[in-house]
Amino acid sequence: MKVLVAVKRVVDYNVKIRVKADKTGVETANVKMSMNPFDEIGVEEAVRLKEAGVATEIVAVSLGVPQCQETIRTALAMGADRGILVETDQVLEPLAVAKLLKAVVEKEQPGLVVLGKQAIDDDANQTGQMLAALLGWPQATFASKLAIDGDKADVTREVDGGLETIRIPLPAIVTTDLRLNEPRYASLPNIMKAKKKPIETVKPADLGVDPAPRLVTLKVEEPAKRQAGIKVKTVAELVDKLKTEARVI
Amino acid sequence: MAAFVRRADLDFLLFDWLDAEGLTGRARFADHGRETFAAALDTAEAIAARHFQPHNRKADIEEPRLENGRVVVVPEAKAALDAFREAGFFAMEAAPEAGGMALPHLVAQACFGVFDAANIATASYPLLTIAAANLIESFGSDDQKRRYLPAMRAGRFFGTMALTEPQAGSSLGDVRTTATPAGDGTWRIKGGKIFISGGEHELSDNIVHLVLCRIAGAPPGPKGLSLMLVSKYAVGDDGSLGRRNDVALGGLIHKMGWRGTTSTVLNFGERDACVAELVGEPGRGLAQMFQMMNEARIGVGLGAAMLGHAGYLAALDYARTRPQGRPADAKDVTRPQVAIVEHADVRRMLLAQKAYSEGAMALCLYAARLVDDSRTLPDADARAHAHRLLDVLTPIVKAWPAEWCLEANKLAIQVHGGYGFTREYPVEQFYRDNRLNPIHEGTNGIQALDLLGRKVTMQDGAALADLLARIDATAARAAAEPALQDMAGALDAAARRLDRVTQAARAAMAGGRAGAALANASAYLDLAGHTVVAWLWLDQTLAALRLPDGPLPRGKRAACRWFFRWELPKCAHWADLVEQLDGSVGETDPDWL
Repeated sequence: MKVLVAVKRVVDYNVKIRVKADKTGVETANVKMSMNPFDEIGVEEAVRLKEAGVATEIVAVSLGVPQCQETIRTALAMGADRGILVETDQVLEPLAVAKLLKAVVEKEQPGLVVLGKQAIDDDANQTGQMLAALLGWPQATFASKLAIDGDKADVTREVDGGLETIRIPLPAIVTTDLRLNEPRYASLPNIMKAKKKPIETVKPADLGVDPAPRLVTLKVEEPAKRQAGIKVKTVAELVDKLKTEARVI
Repeated sequence: MAAFVRRADLDFLLFDWLDAEGLTGRARFADHGRETFAAALDTAEAIAARHFQPHNRKADIEEPRLENGRVVVVPEAKAALDAFREAGFFAMEAAPEAGGMALPHLVAQACFGVFDAANIATASYPLLTIAAANLIESFGSDDQKRRYLPAMRAGRFFGTMALTEPQAGSSLGDVRTTATPAGDGTWRIKGGKIFISGGEHELSDNIVHLVLCRIAGAPPGPKGLSLMLVSKYAVGDDGSLGRRNDVALGGLIHKMGWRGTTSTVLNFGERDACVAELVGEPGRGLAQMFQMMNEARIGVGLGAAMLGHAGYLAALDYARTRPQGRPADAKDVTRPQVAIVEHADVRRMLLAQKAYSEGAMALCLYAARLVDDSRTLPDADARAHAHRLLDVLTPIVKAWPAEWCLEANKLAIQVHGGYGFTREYPVEQFYRDNRLNPIHEGTNGIQALDLLGRKVTMQDGAALADLLARIDATAARAAAEPALQDMAGALDAAARRLDRVTQAARAAMAGGRAGAALANASAYLDLAGHTVVAWLWLDQTLAALRLPDGPLPRGKRAACRWFFRWELPKCAHWADLVEQLDGSVGETDPDWL
């Protein structure tokens, strides 16, 4: 079975995010970028499927600027076999990503597509679901456990009330949650091997997709600074503030 | 907890200043590119953050202890070293056919520095193992390379350097451990060693000790010393581990810092059954050891630099978040307090730490790049030139970071005030850990004697001339930059002074006054060290001018300016002492003290 994993290049989770002065977005110049942590979990899961003899080939796909190649290389160093970069300077929204991935899926015909449940930059949590809808495939989102059983997948999902296990037929879309696994490091020998693995570059036009944004960003602002606390003198004052200011009781 | 390493600083030094990418033009590194170098650093950073840094304090508090004859180390150290091993860092410089990544020494050192900053005590196990493996690779027999090297490159066997004895520390020529031939090609050794780091533990399957000893009947002094390999467990032809060798743990040493590293007293041959193998030539033990010394001393200098860096980042984080007092020219007590970084004196202490630690990192990485040049430059003369420059810089590379990054750690504590004196903050541990660096791998006093007594005089001063030529080249380039002209002039003057002082000291030594000249060797080391670091600061700043404007290039310029205004002038005083063969130390009788 071929497994396709989507990997997004995002601002590294350790970086303190700064909003651009003109409020059109966040600062990404001279900022450390790395693979979306949920996508790392997706790559790890695919590599484990391959190690278990379930997956035969892992294709890592990234979409965006040429530097997304570095993100694909990281996936290759973790164990993916080859990469596809859908190269564009266009700002990509989840719907455009889903359409582009649909075109790649139709070409590659994987038995399973694994995506992070969301990317840590825009937190949209939409791409996997949209891709499933566009393909007409089953989806299992927020996976914390994945077991392939022939042409079915048993997926344990993290839902509000606890854990839900569902069985879906393949091919299918799975999106990863944090507890699915702990991703491995790219070992030094594998970094060197990854350098020799192929990365194919295509353009959105080659896939017949127009990735132009459908949404308009009005402005991006930092969250309001937390106000300094105060000390209350009496319990009565505390209760009064909880009632009249916080309005929680 | 503040970050222990600021990757942008390392990236600047590697890629914007030292042209790491340029090394990919050499055949040995042709498979590399900036992305493989960056990926190796990424993995180092991830493993250091997840496995090394979190137990840095715990291993300090719960230092190794003996339980029923076994050495117990915090379990996190093994987990960290397993991650280090699995990622392939033991073999990062080895050739691909030996399971390695063939990283340039420059990039390998930068990776290692990340682990140093996170947890220098746990990082010292691989440091020693890699050094021991390099020695075996350089001087071992084919059989030794086959039986020990793959296991050491894979991190399954760890290594030690067993040199020091109670009566032979700085004076290794007085080593007494004795080797006698067993008649079957192996040797039996007998003697006691002390301060052996990593001498006993259960972090690896086996420990390979490289023991400096004297073959029975060999002449006294350094020329009678040989290097012997003593394996904790016998290693068969198929690599299988056999019976335990006659190496006994005499005790653990309780240290001020680096407490996560076991420091041991080892007794070899208590039962006259310690099996040893000769490494290299008899009588060449110390010479072989010294051949590896340039690299080992870069390792020490870099460790000191990275502790300085980690302390700086902790102090910077504290200074930016700790409110205290009001600005000197706006003392309105009704206004909120400002972060202490707003106070000039705190900024002075931060600038000093930045100048010391980034100056030291630059110095060590520059030397690492010279190691690559001395190995891989296509032209033999150019390789020899790089090697000679490395030789003269080595005592400075070891001693300067050890001296001045300890000072940086002192200032990191000072920035924290009373909190820095508590164990709730990491800076007091950085200071204690860094306090080892002026002492081991040749004390700073030994480095001063090596520099003045040997390195600047060898080949009729050719190495110093090479160094001065490089300094002059930087000064000339800086003189063409309006913003750097004054510093270019100051550097040129400092270099001329260093040259004159050196000539004066050499003349004195040649004229039978070696004792009077060498009595001021430590002042000479300070003088040469500060001149070299000023040169590297100006050179870094030239590279920073090419970057787009931002905090990093501005910070480089500010720290460079600080160093030239606050530190470089100290050279005049040190130069006076050396030039005048100052007698205040040498003429003091020990009885008067």
